[in-house]
Amino acid sequence: MSDHKSASGHTSEHASTQTPEHISEHISSVGSSVAIWLALLAGTGITVAAAFIDLGPFNTIVALTIATIKATLVILFFMHVKYTHEKLTGLVVVSAIFWLFILLALSMADYTTRLWR
Amino acid sequence: MHTSQAAVDEPAHENPALLHHFATEEQQKNAASLGMWVFLAQEVMFFGGMFCAYLVYRYKYFADFGSASQQLDIKLGATNTVVLICSSLTVVLGVRAAQLGKRMALVFWLVATIFLGLVFLGIKADEYAEKFEKHHVPGASFSYHELLPSQEKLPEAERQYADPHHAEMYFSLYFAMTGMHALHMVIGVGLFGFLAYKAWRGKYTPEYYTPIENAGLYWHFVDIVWIYLFPLLYLIDRHR
Repeated sequence: MSDHKSASGHTSEHASTQTPEHISEHISSVGSSVAIWLALLAGTGITVAAAFIDLGPFNTIVALTIATIKATLVILFFMHVKYTHEKLTGLVVVSAIFWLFILLALSMADYTTRLWR
Repeated sequence: MHTSQAAVDEPAHENPALLHHFATEEQQKNAASLGMWVFLAQEVMFFGGMFCAYLVYRYKYFADFGSASQQLDIKLGATNTVVLICSSLTVVLGVRAAQLGKRMALVFWLVATIFLGLVFLGIKADEYAEKFEKHHVPGASFSYHELLPSQEKLPEAERQYADPHHAEMYFSLYFAMTGMHALHMVIGVGLFGFLAYKAWRGKYTPEYYTPIENAGLYWHFVDIVWIYLFPLLYLIDRHR
């Protein structure tokens, strides 16, 4: 999984250094990216297969659990959140998920308890 | 680039992309990255509103939503999911090519992403066309005469049909959510077209590739939206 193992046959146009020292950015290796890609494809296959099995209310739970695992893989690895040194990025991601949770949880707490209607 | 010749104590002259109101390239990059993440947090709330509406109406019209959901083609939905996941990989490889300063590899991966984005939109257009043919598009010509889930096992006289108005609500949400998602895809394809041209012109280097990275974040976000749309709209009512 060396960084010099290029993903394609294209040759480098630039003669500049392969790893710029002054920007401490993570460069994901082709191998790990392909591994995440395969995991996402496997997740898609499993979720489609699970949809045809009658699990009652657990169909929704299984589907959303797999979707959340896939989304987590994308956020952590494809969006580089796992490797970022910037703490604010994590704060924004967690805040976004938390606000979404407030939106969905409080709305559903209202609509699912309107027993008089 | 002329990094090696530039004076070390004057970083402002080192990189032409460094704007004067930023002290260092890293600060500029972090500011742009944080701005992108805050934008994506806003997008979560934007799509979250529609997801919330879907949850409320699915709870209310549970059986009818099951019937309407079964009208979707799971093969096309799954194919589109695979296409989007592949496009996320090409974006990752594009960002990597930018980081390593491989200009033509970057252009190649951006063009590959555009191609996969257009494949997704083509399949989506095919699905929409089928909805128009079956009069499943909400509006004046909407018509819906389908059984509720698992009614086909019953004798013909006892079978119950879905309420067309409730099914229409499902399709309204289906078109609103997939339509907004498709609009994001169209914007993303346009964005990558612009970036591919700039990349071909040699605008992006290992010192400056922030637009590539932020457009990548946007594309991954759109992918995540679909990762949730696919099971909610296509899959979770299939077994009923």
